[in-house]
Amino acid sequence: MGPLLPNGIIPPEWNYIIAILIGIAFGYIMEATGFSSSRKLAGVFYGYDFAVLKVFFTSAVVAVIGLYYLDYLNFLDISQLYVQPTYLWAAVIGGMIMGVGFLAGGFCPGTSLCAVAIGKIDGMVFTVGLMIGILIFSESFSVLEPFFESSNLGHITLVDTLGISPYWIIFIMTILAIAAFAISDKIRNKVKKVFY
Amino acid sequence: MKKKKQKNRHVYWNPYFGGFLLGLLIILTFYLTGRGLGASGALKSGVVTMVHTVAPTHAENNAYYSKFLKEGEFPMNNWLVFEAIGVILGAFLSGALTGRLNLKVQHSPKITSRRRLIFALIGGVLFGLGAQIARGCTSGAALSGMAVLATAGFITMIAIFGTGYLVAYFFRKNWI
Repeated sequence: MGPLLPNGIIPPEWNYIIAILIGIAFGYIMEATGFSSSRKLAGVFYGYDFAVLKVFFTSAVVAVIGLYYLDYLNFLDISQLYVQPTYLWAAVIGGMIMGVGFLAGGFCPGTSLCAVAIGKIDGMVFTVGLMIGILIFSESFSVLEPFFESSNLGHITLVDTLGISPYWIIFIMTILAIAAFAISDKIRNKVKKVFY
Repeated sequence: MKKKKQKNRHVYWNPYFGGFLLGLLIILTFYLTGRGLGASGALKSGVVTMVHTVAPTHAENNAYYSKFLKEGEFPMNNWLVFEAIGVILGAFLSGALTGRLNLKVQHSPKITSRRRLIFALIGGVLFGLGAQIARGCTSGAALSGMAVLATAGFITMIAIFGTGYLVAYFFRKNWI
């Protein structure tokens, strides 16, 4: 039963080979859907291109349905999958800083790596910026640490937070995603086209 | 020919098709490794390695770097680093097959390359900082988190997109 590597069904020697293969697929999909173009990515915030919203929510919904279905079929034990801890205020403030960073720079870390791979100089500068940002965080860690370690709610999921069955959450997520797709198409028809 | 409609030069995959494949890839990643995808983690390993090489004692005394500097282990010897190498290879492959390999600065015609690069640097610094505070970026925290219904994933996603819409007006000249 999965996950295969942690349960020793695939020997650990395969770990990094799998990492590179998964990375290749991830990079290929991102580049092929246009995620190496900052102007395409930024379109979601101005209504001229909703690729980010569509790719992001389609993949989230497909992934969550697939994982819970594999769990239902006993191919995978969902309780063994890594759920990152929720540090409430760190997640909120960190996310907000990333939101501003995205609008200024036009990439996120994954997409900037794709942009670097196809020769976008703006992507390279953004990636250097990322490393400077990580350096600033690490060097000022003693100041940030109390905030960084505060409001730890543990490894919780929406099932714990909302107290309803995961299947209802997935159903609501799917409906919300479909509604968002329909609304985004309506908006895009009204917004002036941008060519890039 | 003059009446030919203006179109985007690049032809990309249908976003639903791309999203579907990405969803399958996330399932496969969790099924094989028990964890999701990531991107900023590899850059963190890079920074830790660089600082440790330039100033070893400084890195070992810092409470954050030292988390990733265990005795006899190299921070670059990490799943996410290998995954990031794969991301660059995969994106290069896709770009090469579709003729998108091109050394250039992409920017709106309303702004100069210089302005684009300055904002790219500022955006990168902010994103790098934010991704450390939130313990992950759009792929590691938001997307992979949402795939397992992690509360942190949804909070991070709403914070990134919500703030993006709030501040979009101030950056509009850069994009439209």
